[in-house]
Amino acid sequence: MSEELHEVRLVVNGATYDVTVPGRRLLSDALRHDLRLTGTHVGCEHGVCGSCTVLVDGTPMRSCLMLAVSAVDAEITTVEGLALADGSLSPVQQAFKDCHGLQCGFCTPGFLTTITAGIRDNPQPTREEAREMIAGNLCRCTGYQNIVKAVERAAELTSAPRRSSSVETPPGEHL
Amino acid sequence: MTTKLFGAKVPRVEDDRLLRGNGRYADDLMPGALESAVLRSPHAHARIVHIDVDAVLDCEGVHAVYTYEDLTGPMAAPLPLLIPHPALTHGRTQYALAKDEVNYVGEAIAFVVADDRYLAEDAIGKIKVDYEFLPPVVGIDNARKAERLVHDDVPGNIGARLEQNVGDAPAAIAAAPHRLELDLVIERSASTPMEGRAVVSRWDPDQARLQVWSSTQTSTGVRAAVAAQLGLDLGQVDVITPDVGGGFGVKINHPWPEELLVPLAAIALGRPVRFTEDRREHFISSAHERQQVQHIEVGFDDDGRLLGLDVEFWHDHGAYTPYGLIVPIITSTQLLGPYKPDNYRVVFESLYTNTVIVTPYRGAGRPQGVYAMERTMDAIAAYLKKDRTEIRATNFIQPDEFPYDHQLVFQDGRPLVYDSGDYPALLEKIKALVGWDEFEQFRTEMAAEGRRVGLGLACYVEGTGVGPYEGAHVQIETSGNVKVATGLTSQGQGHQTVFAQLVADVLGCSFEDIEIVTGDTRRMPYAVGTFASRAAVMSGSAIHLAATRAREKALRIAADALEADAADLEIVDGIVSVKGTTGPTISLGTLAVLSNPLRYAFDEVSKAATQFSVGRPEKPPVAEDDEPGLEGRDFYSPERSTFASGMHAVIVETDPDTAEIKILKYAVVHDCGHLINPMIVEGQIHGGVAQGVGGALYERMVYDESGQLLNASFMDFLMPYVTEVPESIDIDHLETPSPLNPLGIKGAGEAGVIPSAAVFAAAIEDAEGFPITTMPISPSELFELRRRHSVVEPTHAVVELVETTTPEEDSP
Repeated sequence: MSEELHEVRLVVNGATYDVTVPGRRLLSDALRHDLRLTGTHVGCEHGVCGSCTVLVDGTPMRSCLMLAVSAVDAEITTVEGLALADGSLSPVQQAFKDCHGLQCGFCTPGFLTTITAGIRDNPQPTREEAREMIAGNLCRCTGYQNIVKAVERAAELTSAPRRSSSVETPPGEHL
Repeated sequence: MTTKLFGAKVPRVEDDRLLRGNGRYADDLMPGALESAVLRSPHAHARIVHIDVDAVLDCEGVHAVYTYEDLTGPMAAPLPLLIPHPALTHGRTQYALAKDEVNYVGEAIAFVVADDRYLAEDAIGKIKVDYEFLPPVVGIDNARKAERLVHDDVPGNIGARLEQNVGDAPAAIAAAPHRLELDLVIERSASTPMEGRAVVSRWDPDQARLQVWSSTQTSTGVRAAVAAQLGLDLGQVDVITPDVGGGFGVKINHPWPEELLVPLAAIALGRPVRFTEDRREHFISSAHERQQVQHIEVGFDDDGRLLGLDVEFWHDHGAYTPYGLIVPIITSTQLLGPYKPDNYRVVFESLYTNTVIVTPYRGAGRPQGVYAMERTMDAIAAYLKKDRTEIRATNFIQPDEFPYDHQLVFQDGRPLVYDSGDYPALLEKIKALVGWDEFEQFRTEMAAEGRRVGLGLACYVEGTGVGPYEGAHVQIETSGNVKVATGLTSQGQGHQTVFAQLVADVLGCSFEDIEIVTGDTRRMPYAVGTFASRAAVMSGSAIHLAATRAREKALRIAADALEADAADLEIVDGIVSVKGTTGPTISLGTLAVLSNPLRYAFDEVSKAATQFSVGRPEKPPVAEDDEPGLEGRDFYSPERSTFASGMHAVIVETDPDTAEIKILKYAVVHDCGHLINPMIVEGQIHGGVAQGVGGALYERMVYDESGQLLNASFMDFLMPYVTEVPESIDIDHLETPSPLNPLGIKGAGEAGVIPSAAVFAAAIEDAEGFPITTMPISPSELFELRRRHSVVEPTHAVVELVETTTPEEDSP
C-alpha cells in the first residue's frame, strides 16, 4: 500500500531536475534531500521563521509551506543560485559579509533570498523600509542590527555593482 | 609587514561558505541516511501500562522500532547525571526511552527508523500506548505545596537545597537601620536556536568504528557518553560537530536520547541513521530555563549601604536534573554582581515539576540573580529617595579591592574571587551613554506632550571562562599552511576568525594560510565544550600557548639553519630572518620540512630533509627531548574563572492607553578585557540584547495546569522579529584586562542577555510609578497592574520589614 508517486520537473537556479515524489513532499524537503540543495534551511516547518524562503518566479515563498508538486512550471531560486555568473558574491551576499550580518548562518539563506527580491522591488529603501523588508524573518543570533545595515549596504552595492563587490576586504582592515 | 590582528575588526572567514548555501549542518550530511521520529508523551504525568508497536512492524519503509524493552546494558540505565553535587540529594534523570512512567509532555517513549521522516512519523502515529494518568505538578507554587509528587521517592518535590552564608545576614538585617523585603517572579523562556537538535551517525563495520555528527555544544561530552552507553571504547567513537545553527545553551546538555538512539540504530541496521528535531519537538522536549520565585530581605544604612542581604529562592528545574544545580548555583553566587554586602545568606530549593527539563540558557541563572539584586537596589533607592546610581556606587567593589573574594563557592566548585574590574568607571560610562543626568528634563518634556517615559539601569558581573581546561594543536605543514585544532565547538561565534587572528599574531604567518577546526574529536580529543562565555578565554588562551610552542620550535630550527641566535630572529609573512638584516631567510614551510627527518623524499622540497642532506652523524636525527614535525600542543587550565562586567540602561515609553512598551534608547557598556575582534563582540552583544528584549517583554513558556505547553510554535511563542528590537544599540567598551590568562581577555558571549529582565522592570517601574515584580511583562499585564494600582492606594509589593523601630531609632 505504498504512496502514490508523482514525476515532477523542477527548475531550480536555471537547471532542470526530474524527481519522483509523493504528493505530500514539501518543496523544502525536495530541494534539500532530493536535489541536495541543502542551502535552504528549515527552521520551523510552519511558515513563521522564514529560513526556508526561496524565490518562486521571483517572489519570496516559504518552501516549507509549498508542496514540491505545486512548484512545477515555476522558476525557483535558492541561496545557491544567488551568486553572480562569474562566481562572485551577489550584492546582497557581499553586504552581509561587509556588515557582519550573519553569525550561525542558519537563517541567512532566507534573509538573502528575501532581501534579493526586496532590493529588486525597492532599490533605495529607507531605514524604515529596510526594517520592513526583513520583518518576516527570524534570527536568533544577530539582533537584526547588522542585517538592517546589510540591506542598506546591499542597496548601495546594487546601485554601483562594479564598485566594490569584487574587492575583498583585507584582514585587519577596520570595517 | 604583518599587521597585528588582535583587536582588529577582521572580517569573518566563515561567511563566504555560509552565504553561498555551502554550510554543512547535521541535516545536510550523509545523503541517503535513514531518518527517524520519536513518539513523545502527550501527557505530563502518567504510568505507561502497555505499548503496542505491532501495527508498525509491517509498515512499508520502516526499518526498526525501539521502546524501553529493546534497550540493554548501559542503554537501559537512566541517562547520566552530568554534574553531581552533594546538595543534589535527590537527582533524577530520564531514560533514553521512558520506562514505566513519563514525567513531562514531550518525553521520548518510542523511536522509529524509516526510509524518511514522513514514513517514520506515519509509523509513530500507529503506536498504541495505554496510560494510567497521574496528577501533574506544574508551577513552583504547586511544587512547593507538594500535595502531589513528581517522583514518588522525592519528598516535597525537592531535588536539592543549598545554603551559603557569609557572615550573619539575618542578624545584620535585624540590626540594620532600614529593612525591606521583596517578592519577585521570573518566568520560563528558552534558547530557541534557529536550528533544533540534529544527529546523524554511521557505523563502519570494517573498522568497528562509529562516527557521530551532532549539533552539539560539546563533541567530547557526546563522545564519552555515546561510548559509555553503547559499550564501546572511546577510541572507537568519533564525534564531529558540523556547522551548528545556534546553541545558546540548550545544546550543552547531553546526551539527548536521540544522540544515543541514532548511533544504536546505525550499528544495529548497518546503515547511516539521522534524527532531525522539528520545531514543536524543540519546544516540548528540549530544555527551558529562567523560572524562579525569589524572596529577598535586605538591611541597609542611611546611605543605602548593604549591611545584610538574605535571599531565598525556588528554582523550577523541570522533571529531571541532568545538568545538576548549575543554574541555581550561578543565580545564588552571581546575584551579588558588582556589590559587596557585609553579610550574605542565600538558600535555594531546586524543585521538580512535570515540565521539560531546565538546563542553562544563555546567561544561565545570571539574569535571575541580576534581577533579584537590581530590583533590590532600586527598592532601596526608592525607599531612601536617592538616585539609583548613587545607591549602586555606594556598594561597589572598588578598583583597588581586586582580587575580591566573596567567600562563596562558585559554579566550578572554586572560590568566587573576582579577578579585575572597574565598576565606578563603567557607571560613569553608562550614565554618559544613556544621558542619565539629562533624563529628568527629557521626562518633563515628554510629559508635556502627554507621553510617559521611564529610565532603567542594571549592573552585572559575569564569571566567564570556567574550567577545567581547553587544548589546542597547531601544526605548520610543509606547504606553510597552518592547521589548528581545538576541541570546543562553534555555533556562530566566529571562532575560526578570532582564533586565526591569534595564531597569525604569534606565528607571523598569513591569516589566509590558517585553518581552524573546532569540535572534531579526531583532531583534538581533549576538550570540554562551549558554554559560560568560555571559548575565547579557554581555547583562545590554549591556541595562543600552542602557537607559541610551534613558534619556538620554528625559531630553534631556523637558528640552526641560519646559524643565528633564535633570539635575533623574527617571522614576517611566514618568512624567518635575522632582525634588521637582509641576509638569508627561511620559510615556515621549509622549517616544517626540516623538522621531520626523512628517509624517503616525496617531492622536490622534501629532498632537503632526507638522510644524506641533513643531520649530524654524532647526533640522533630526532633529539631525545624532541619529536618530529613542526607542531605545538598545549592546554590552558586556569585556577578560576575570569569575571567580565557591564551595565545596561534603557529608556522606555509606555503608552498611556494601550500600555504598549516601546524602547526609545538602549545603551550597553561592557568590560570583557581586551577585545580580540570588536566587530564580533558587538555582534554578540546585539544578539544578546535582542534575546533579552524577548525574555523581558515577549517570550514565555505557557504551561497549563495539566502540563501542556500551550504555545509550542513560533506563532504563539513571541520570539522578536526586527520590529521588536531597538533600532540601534549604543555600545561602549571598557577594557580591564584579566590577569588570569596570557591575552588579558574575558568572555563576552552571554553578557547581552544578562541584565535584561532587571533593566526593563526598572524602566517600566520608573515610567509607571509602581513596583514591577514579575517578568516578563506584556502590555495587557501592565494594563492590569495600572488598573489595580489606580483602585487601591499604591502598595509596594516591596514591603518594609519593620516600619519605624530601628535599633538606632533614627529612621527617616
